Amino acid sequence: MLFGLAVSVTSCFDSKSPNYQFFPNMYQSVGYETYAESDAFNGENQLKGQTAQVPPQGSIKRGFEIYDYENSTAGYELAKLNLKSPLDSISEKEAAKGKELYGIYCAICHGEQGNGKGKLVEREKFLGVPSYADRPVTEGSVFHVITYGLNSMGSHANQLSQHERWLVTDYVLQLKSKL
Amino acid sequence: MKKVGNHNSISRILKFSLALMLTFSIQLFAQDAVTPAPDAAATATPAPSATGDAAAGKALFNAQCAACHKLDAKMTGPALRGVGDKYEKEWLYKWIRNSADLIKSGDERANKVFNEFNKSPMTAFPQLSNADIDNIIAYTMEPVPAPAAVAAVPGGDQGSVQSGGISNEVILGALALVLAMLVVMLFLVNNVLTRIAKANGLEVAKSEKSLPIWKAFAKNQFLVLVTVIFFLLSSAYFVYGWFMQVGVDQGYEPIQPIHYSHRIHAGENGIDCKYCHSAARESKHSNIPSLNVCMNCHKNISEVAESTATPEYSKAFYDGEIQKLYDAVGWDKANQKYTGKTQPVKWVRIHNLPDLVYFNHAQHVTVGGIECQTCHGPVEEMEIMKQHSPLTMGWCINCHRETEVKLKDNEYYKKIHEELSKKYGVEKLTAAQMGGLECGKCHY
Repeated sequence: MLFGLAVSVTSCFDSKSPNYQFFPNMYQSVGYETYAESDAFNGENQLKGQTAQVPPQGSIKRGFEIYDYENSTAGYELAKLNLKSPLDSISEKEAAKGKELYGIYCAICHGEQGNGKGKLVEREKFLGVPSYADRPVTEGSVFHVITYGLNSMGSHANQLSQHERWLVTDYVLQLKSKL
Repeated sequence: MKKVGNHNSISRILKFSLALMLTFSIQLFAQDAVTPAPDAAATATPAPSATGDAAAGKALFNAQCAACHKLDAKMTGPALRGVGDKYEKEWLYKWIRNSADLIKSGDERANKVFNEFNKSPMTAFPQLSNADIDNIIAYTMEPVPAPAAVAAVPGGDQGSVQSGGISNEVILGALALVLAMLVVMLFLVNNVLTRIAKANGLEVAKSEKSLPIWKAFAKNQFLVLVTVIFFLLSSAYFVYGWFMQVGVDQGYEPIQPIHYSHRIHAGENGIDCKYCHSAARESKHSNIPSLNVCMNCHKNISEVAESTATPEYSKAFYDGEIQKLYDAVGWDKANQKYTGKTQPVKWVRIHNLPDLVYFNHAQHVTVGGIECQTCHGPVEEMEIMKQHSPLTMGWCINCHRETEVKLKDNEYYKKIHEELSKKYGVEKLTAAQMGGLECGKCHY
């Protein structure tokens, strides 16, 4: 009987659906939650029924600096020639951060040394990633490419803030000089 | 003495022979299980041998061209299989060394290709010699490899794994059968013996009828009391256990709209957690990556490698899941273009902290420097993502009590840290000693 009881109690738990809660109205307040479905947004020009909305057109993120070069071949050439890093001196701590960010976002393809031999390349998931030594990159072009992407590389502007992109750019050039 | 029973009963002979057969069959099966694997390995000979030229060309192609070109599919640039038939070599030399010049010179074919692929210029390769380019062309002229040869290898592996499982089951089943037969035999022997006894005129001693056990039990009041107490305590134990797991979702693994495998991405390919969940570095919430992050890689990777497939999930299954991503993000694989027709993906949220508690990812990930796996478990081994930790208050507090705060290189709080150390008489402070147990830290 005990065994039967134990089975009947434990077998109720289904890992595919969430468990019961004691006081659901304390667990889920009235306000909408990040990434949740919600009736709060049902107006025109809104994505219906979800809290993840696209920002209104023309709105600018706090701390955002306008980037003047357009996402085209001409923009790339201009950035390569003219764009200069606004960071005049980088502290040791910031440099370490640049290295860490490079490790997270770039090394998986470009390799820890920037030689184009990251783990995805070694495993032949991604091919043809060039070594930094083989490409005539400048700080402007590196920043431009992180921002917009180039060919097979996608944009990383939503993962890295502008300041962080400049830190990574600096680290990329350090790697290039060592190759 | 009388002859009793039928010693040569057919049923017994049958059973005995069955038992005999089974004992042998186990060995037979075990042998069968081993044999197919080497056969399969022998048939899977390596792909057709390549000429020296094409092999060198492949290395060059993978290093220089593969960033924008695939052999059989459009990418940033056109598919290159059979490119040597479409253009003569002299033209290709010029194009590869400096395509911009060729376009400027007004060459018709050059301009056509340039316009067809969104006017994205091809990197110039002045470092490639004529011989290098010949090698690459030789590689692109190779015929499409027959898929059968490739498929044989994983098939062989699967066979051996499966037959291993079967042989185990067969052995267990045979053992169970043997056991059942022993029981039957015991019963039969008992029958025979009683019949012999009867035939010999012996009376089998009958046991005296005593008080039924439950009546005896009911008469003994002390035993009844002990049992009742035992029942009450044990049911209280189970009821308490049941109440304590209400609201705890440990092990919750919902079915997601797209089967995303953390095992492949974070485990095998070693992509950093924060590549996709980048907001965990500096925000209260760790983000569910938007689909453009998926497309950073999957624009290029439209199908999984043969070696990625497992016995449980086939290559066709994984490719189908990537197609789901393309449908959601509106990516036209054939033309390498976004169609603009998108649809949101309804991911199911797994970790639901109650609203009565505050939790900040950035504080733990960036400031505390805690590994994601500390709370989320071995995500890099999970084919299906699930909640690893109970996320109860006791669990939070336990970690705050044990975790030592990194005091090094933190000049700003140096004085406070020193005073706290003196107060508690310790070298290293835990999160709890810095106020990590105060109610208001997490509940307000």
